[in-house]
Amino acid sequence: MAKPYVSWGRYPYKEQRGIDLHWRPETLPEEGFFLPQGNARSYGDSCMLKEGTVLSTRFMNRFIEFDTATGLMRCEAGVTLAEVLSVAEPQGWFLPVTPGTKFATVGGCIANDVHGKNHHVAGTFGCHVTRFELLRSDGSVRTCSSGNHPEWYAATIGGLGLTGFITWAELQLKKVPNSAVNVENIKYQNLSEFFTLSEASESGFEYTVAWVDCLASGVNLGRGHFSRANHARPMQPRPSQSKLTLSMPLDPPISLVNSLSLQAFNWAYYHRQLEKVRCQTSHYDPFFYPLDHVHNWNRMYGPNGFLQYQCVIPMENSEAAITELLQRIGRANYGSFLAVLKVFGNVESPALNSFPRPGTTLALDFPYAGHKTMRMFDELDQVVVQAGGALYPAKDAHMKAEHFKSFYPNADKLESMRDPKITSSFWQRVMEAE
Amino acid sequence: MKNWIVIGATSAIAESVCRLWAVRGYNLFLVGRSQDKLDMVAKDYQVRGAAGVHTQTLDVKDHGQHQSCWDAAMKAMGTVDGILIAHGTLPDQKQCEASYDSAFDEINVNALSVISLCTLAANEFEKQNSGHIAVISSVAGDRGRQSNYVYGAAKGMVSIFLQGLRNRLFKSGVYVTTIKPGFVDTPMTAEFDKSGPLWASPDQVAAGIIRAIDKKRSVVYLPWFWLGVMLIIRSIPEIVFKRLSL
Repeated sequence: MAKPYVSWGRYPYKEQRGIDLHWRPETLPEEGFFLPQGNARSYGDSCMLKEGTVLSTRFMNRFIEFDTATGLMRCEAGVTLAEVLSVAEPQGWFLPVTPGTKFATVGGCIANDVHGKNHHVAGTFGCHVTRFELLRSDGSVRTCSSGNHPEWYAATIGGLGLTGFITWAELQLKKVPNSAVNVENIKYQNLSEFFTLSEASESGFEYTVAWVDCLASGVNLGRGHFSRANHARPMQPRPSQSKLTLSMPLDPPISLVNSLSLQAFNWAYYHRQLEKVRCQTSHYDPFFYPLDHVHNWNRMYGPNGFLQYQCVIPMENSEAAITELLQRIGRANYGSFLAVLKVFGNVESPALNSFPRPGTTLALDFPYAGHKTMRMFDELDQVVVQAGGALYPAKDAHMKAEHFKSFYPNADKLESMRDPKITSSFWQRVMEAE
Repeated sequence: MKNWIVIGATSAIAESVCRLWAVRGYNLFLVGRSQDKLDMVAKDYQVRGAAGVHTQTLDVKDHGQHQSCWDAAMKAMGTVDGILIAHGTLPDQKQCEASYDSAFDEINVNALSVISLCTLAANEFEKQNSGHIAVISSVAGDRGRQSNYVYGAAKGMVSIFLQGLRNRLFKSGVYVTTIKPGFVDTPMTAEFDKSGPLWASPDQVAAGIIRAIDKKRSVVYLPWFWLGVMLIIRSIPEIVFKRLSL
């Protein structure tokens, strides 16, 4: 089986000492430093701890209570979103917010205050967490909610696992008529068309996102496919879920993502749809989790792993800054076929520190190529900082300390509430590096 | 709906099996040592869809309590369609070499308690002319090796006992399934380096167990490749085998 405890991007790739927790702990280890970890789906080093132990919750994954009348679900922190869906969806309930993988855990989704394609109407995952239990190394246990220990509630949502160990959480799920979504896929020509489409879709569509051809340039810069969707009304028969899953069983010796494969893929992917608009009704799974059908897809980047660059740019600077970012990436002929654009809304998260904020987010994967990658990221950082944007810790393996503090003005408050026994490689990098 | 008793219900493999049974709407009678842990898994199965979940604490070494445990299951569920015996410990081989008492304890937990429970279940099922006894044995029972022969002897005893039991119960329409997992990533094996390709997850093994029970198989190696591995290990002549450091 694959080595556990290593982050999804497999960069920085470090053998990681870990303990699997099978039962909700009553106390935390007394020796050394540790870090709670879910299913290790964060890309960089926010779920890693070089000198210490990760406490993995991957086997601490039991449901506790599910009220099918109200949609309140209580479960242990290690339950994955896939498991939540497998229980809730057949009974007419759905995740209020879901990231692009269903293999993240509930605890991880809280710690990173994750977002999804419905951020413009539903806000972040944290907006739907009604309460959770927080265990600290001093032995204290708190049930946190907006009314009970609100300061711990706010600091733990988006708190990168640093405020303590989440043993269980309760979510308010969302009622849906069935498993189907109506999807409109619109092939668009350039970045300004993306913004026009996004604005036009905001009120009528619960889910919006775009795939971008990150290598298109000139008048085609930012072209791609804009997807917008709503849950379908009750219907018979319901679309069924494809059972087909693929897998990357081995590590290829080199990255399969290179400038040649990228050019070919992006061209073909952009042109896969001849008509301008294609409408279809499908099962929710391929719409929300297309990549989950290829297990261990992260391996295609080869032994050096990959990094994701995800930023958010305030609305007023979005078009200019994203143009600049895409130009720089295109000129370097470097990037990957995973390039995603989405406009966030202004639903406020209860989190003390949270990545999503009003504006446009761009996310791109890059196979790790040493200095080339870091030089490129430094350049992109300049654009993001000047535009008043921010980077996403869950995806990060390079952010500079001074940038982190400007992106997250409440970082010091989180530091003051951090459990003294808990830290992460990410936190050491951005907070202790001065 | 089916009514199953699960002994060692808080073990990782049993838990994975029960989750799948819960989704199918089975009625489960869970037996384990810790009431707290039984409560946690019971709630989980209720949420996942089990028709009913009952719990009972039992120390399997206390053979005198086995009958009353069975009676409690009958009382709770009315009838019993099958019993999955999944409890076990992984002994410290060195300690068992140093002390017969330790060896006896391990054989008591891993073999004698299983034989006691199987005897009970066999007689009840024989009377009703139906039923299914499924027991988690181990590939370790296929041949004694210096690194864990006390555990291996216990599991070997279980496997051979089940062979005979299967033979006896065939005409009564009672099925006996011997489950032989290889290395499984569970708390029982926490001390091992689990990076090799031979390690399987409890979920993988559980899926295999359910398949084997559904198909009323007699003996199943999980994952399947252990059949080949053990075929080779069993066929090495003793004159060679005794020199190996396995």
